[in-house]
Amino acid sequence: MALNKKLLKEMYATMLLARRLDERAWILHRQGKIAFHISGIGHEAAQVGAAFALERGKDWVVPYYRDLALMLAFGYSPRDFMLGLMGKKGEPTSGARQMPSHWSLRTANIVSHSSPVATQTPHASGIGLAIKLGGEDKVVLTSIGEGSTSQGEWYEGVNWAAIHKLPVIFLVENNVYAISVRQDQQMAVKQVADKAKGLGLPGESVDGLDAIKVHDVVAAAVDRARSGQGPTLIELKVSRMTPHSSDDDDRTYRPREEVEAMKALDPVPAFAALLLKQNTITQKDLDTLEAEIKEQVEEAVDHAESAPYPDVSEAAYPVYVEDIRHG
Amino acid sequence: MAEITLIEGIRQAMDEELARDERVFIVGEDVGPRGGVFRATLELFEKYGPERVIDSPLAELSIVGIGVGAALYGARPICEIQFADFIHPAFNQIVNEAAKMCYRSNGEWTVPMVIRAPYGGGIGGGLYHSQSVEAFFTHVPGLKVVIPSTPYDAKGLLKSAVRDPNPVMFFEPKKGYRLIRGEVPEEEEVLVPIGPAKVTRAGTDLSVFAYGMMHYYCLQAAEQVASEGIEVEVVDIRTLLPIDMDTLLGSVEKTAKALIVYEDNLTGGYGAEIAARLADQAFTMLDAPIKRLAGPDIPAMPYSHPLQDWFMPDPEKIAVAMRDLASY
Repeated sequence: MALNKKLLKEMYATMLLARRLDERAWILHRQGKIAFHISGIGHEAAQVGAAFALERGKDWVVPYYRDLALMLAFGYSPRDFMLGLMGKKGEPTSGARQMPSHWSLRTANIVSHSSPVATQTPHASGIGLAIKLGGEDKVVLTSIGEGSTSQGEWYEGVNWAAIHKLPVIFLVENNVYAISVRQDQQMAVKQVADKAKGLGLPGESVDGLDAIKVHDVVAAAVDRARSGQGPTLIELKVSRMTPHSSDDDDRTYRPREEVEAMKALDPVPAFAALLLKQNTITQKDLDTLEAEIKEQVEEAVDHAESAPYPDVSEAAYPVYVEDIRHG
Repeated sequence: MAEITLIEGIRQAMDEELARDERVFIVGEDVGPRGGVFRATLELFEKYGPERVIDSPLAELSIVGIGVGAALYGARPICEIQFADFIHPAFNQIVNEAAKMCYRSNGEWTVPMVIRAPYGGGIGGGLYHSQSVEAFFTHVPGLKVVIPSTPYDAKGLLKSAVRDPNPVMFFEPKKGYRLIRGEVPEEEEVLVPIGPAKVTRAGTDLSVFAYGMMHYYCLQAAEQVASEGIEVEVVDIRTLLPIDMDTLLGSVEKTAKALIVYEDNLTGGYGAEIAARLADQAFTMLDAPIKRLAGPDIPAMPYSHPLQDWFMPDPEKIAVAMRDLASY
């Protein structure tokens, strides 16, 4: 899909919405209003670039916890996110059973995932297998952090897709840190994409701060997958501009200068600057968008704050399919 | 009516379900042209093709993980783990993923899949081809756990498991694969519901609860002690999770004595849960302590023949336990 002006504006709006929601979540945590937040700040351009290369509503996503921008692109609303943070009734992912940012939205083909990392990778290949068995032309995008590619589950999942040429795109959002452990303590290869060689699929490494580059590389992988040529491993080099989560203090393991340097390369304002330079957007458009998003975020916070908690009786089900209750 | 082996019941169930529902497929190690190391999938590859009878890489967690993904998309995978002893790498996928999916998505996502695995000893399999692993999984809400002990139940329960909308762990007593024979009708469809236990021998002196190979041995032991005038009621538990307490309590009400026999090591084994429930719900019915006969608390079954025999409960050991309890 070629990126026209309208799509570029939409991409920026999605990135900015993710950024403002994420920042608001940190504030809510400091205010003691939520128990936990895990951030995607610095990953937005990579996620939005990838999302816009897929056919949303048709293709499937098997995400991980840093994918707020990807989820917004696929159909999550600010309200959905805020209800999740606060564990309120009506939260669509899990009925407020799961921790925040543990995504799932059946109507948008977003598959539920858990906290132990890389468990979702074989699921993506299994979905790809079922798509292939059904002779359909859908593709599956699954994402993960670079540390999680150390898991056997990741290798076993990718191996399946490579053997059977399944329509899966394995995104690795490489922000160099797995909580506190740097990439050189996770793997001997210089880049995650190099792991593709040992598994027999194409691997590419891309600047994940450049949404357009990401889009183009993912779009090429989507074409390959849709035409039966099999999976691709794509490493997106991104910045983790925050601690791992609201329970982490990254001052204990990385220098402040590193974080400051990341801020100078912040992908969200960089994308706005690019659109301004290309005359895709005006400063007035940007100001209007900022105001609209601020309003959307506050509306979502108000909505979630005034929403009730789930009734305690809801904790008892649905253990089995026979227990599922709707409404 | 034809007499068939337990494993032929398993094979027929898969054959019929593959024919009935095109969403059903089999995945596992050596399930393809080889027909499975125990021949449970014999000729199914030739009949249904490589897309529906899939030889997996030698990686058990991927067998289950791929199955979970395919089930999320709407397929109906039957995952074969070659030996229950090799299921442990897949524990994360079973316990954290398959079992929790329905709950954690508030019913939005479900995992209709069957995980089959031969379990149990007595075949010279040593530590890693003899394990009984059912208690790990009966501890996990969200799973159903089934163990058949006759060809009829093997066929009928497996067909029900394939049709069940939940993840079902289906453990097969491998020593009984060819040893246990029984009649299974050819003309009519055999379906046995997941859930109910079954009284397989009526008696008045004591109740014995067992499943799988141990149930088969309990019937033999009951026969032995019957000649001494001890009338044992034998109950085949069949579905371990969810447990059919009504049938168990109904039996204890009649006999006032309960013996639970299982092949797994004693401590924390499945029989402990039955004993706890009976202590709670059948206290006033009981005339004797609830007894358990199980494997010893050693890491796993040793290989050497006499050492293996020392581990395994068998009809003679079970008969001794029956006499002891009857005389209490």
